[in-house]
Amino acid sequence: MRQAAGRPDAMSDLDFTVVLRAWPYLLSGLQFSFALTVTAFAIGMVLGTTFALIQHHEVPVLSQVVRSYIALIRSIPLILVLFWFFFLVPVVLGRFVGGGRSIPIGPTYTAFITFGLFEAAYYSEIIRVGLRSVNKGQFEACQALALSSFDTYRSVIMPQVLKVASPIILSQTIILFQDTSLVYVLSLTDLVGAASKMAQLNGRLVEMYLTVAVIYLAICSAASQCVAVLRKRNELPRVVRQ
Amino acid sequence: MMTLRGEKIMLQPESDASGTQPIVMVERLVRRYGAFTALNSVSLAVGKGEKIVICGPSGSGKSTLIRCINHIERHDSGRIVVDGIELRDQLADINSVRREVGMVFQSFNLFPHLSVSENCMLAPVKVRKLTRAEARDRAMTILRKVRIEDQADKYPGQLSGGQQQRVAIARALCMQPKVMLFDEPTSALDPEMVQEVLDTMVGLARDGMTMLCVTHEMGFAREVADRVVFMDQGTIVEESPPESFFQAAKTERARNFLKQIIR
Repeated sequence: MRQAAGRPDAMSDLDFTVVLRAWPYLLSGLQFSFALTVTAFAIGMVLGTTFALIQHHEVPVLSQVVRSYIALIRSIPLILVLFWFFFLVPVVLGRFVGGGRSIPIGPTYTAFITFGLFEAAYYSEIIRVGLRSVNKGQFEACQALALSSFDTYRSVIMPQVLKVASPIILSQTIILFQDTSLVYVLSLTDLVGAASKMAQLNGRLVEMYLTVAVIYLAICSAASQCVAVLRKRNELPRVVRQ
Repeated sequence: MMTLRGEKIMLQPESDASGTQPIVMVERLVRRYGAFTALNSVSLAVGKGEKIVICGPSGSGKSTLIRCINHIERHDSGRIVVDGIELRDQLADINSVRREVGMVFQSFNLFPHLSVSENCMLAPVKVRKLTRAEARDRAMTILRKVRIEDQADKYPGQLSGGQQQRVAIARALCMQPKVMLFDEPTSALDPEMVQEVLDTMVGLARDGMTMLCVTHEMGFAREVADRVVFMDQGTIVEESPPESFFQAAKTERARNFLKQIIR
């Protein structure tokens, strides 16, 4: 009875001024979320493109290695990869180079490296499919013009792949941005981490988590709009097709 | 009479080639796909400025033959020498041959993300190391020649099939090749667009370009070809000047083929 009576009380008691006071701290958390997203995106795209090219060219041995890596990464939860990196890699590193003493990587580097490696598997799959969508004739035209492999990919193939794949790449990056909140397991302070720390200090859990939710909603729905625009842009130039 | 005429004209390319080496020489070329032999010991010499039309039923190996000449298709045995360079597996040789040999495809294969002028400028800038301004000048000159300079800033997707194919010809010409290969350049076109592409090719022939054309356009063959090469089942069955080929083909297979395409 007392609890039921207390609840509406707590709700009417919402005080969003605590959010204002916590704002600078939340902002620094958001900054970290962005930094992690951008770094993981960069590492993921560079590695992912490399992986996709290795598979596309069916490079012996390497393409099998890449394929197993992608299968492995895609079948385990991200949080487990984070744990591995944080707890296991220092020990393994220590075994080989540190004379048995474990070499700590530190939570920040762990987060950057892990997210980069993890996303590489997903970006690679997206780019691989994109590469397959490019007509064989495009490669032949480049050969006939004596373009080098580098120029072929840089000037002809990749621009087409990125154009086709950009909506999916951006969608994946939105997921990445949301996933960065998992770094709380490493006690890093991203947006969610910042909110939860403030909430524990001032006891205003509802206000803090509501605010964070709104921030995520705003950013991700804006990005989703971009996805829609990219999708539309891709449809346009294929009107006349012989 | 028939043989006389045949011999007389057969001499022509040889006398052409007597002073200079043939620009394209194919010797006992073999290409297999698994158990299927696409090219079975094909030999062909093409002199500078010669126009060759290659025809034959589908699957006869005519496309494979010209695709071997710029090594888009690998050959299993035999020799190919283009402009004095023998095509082996060395990338440097392959690329120096490709720089001198332009190719036009059945499906155009223009770069859809680049404008018409950029399509023409890409290889001259990247391969011939021209500045963008030089490449642009050259592109515009050649686009004017194929009468499509007013479309220079459009994208391939905005052009008709015939226009796209003319751009593809211009793109190849911008590399200033010594030999042009045409792989069924009009087969993917709507009938009303065939002529504009053929006219462009005739113009090119008049300018003295060495051309190897896989095509079933017999009017074109009659007009510009020095020799018609008829292929069937991976071999060259007959090689004659167009007049004698069309009026009195020497082989049964060629006569049957002609009956099917000329109605």
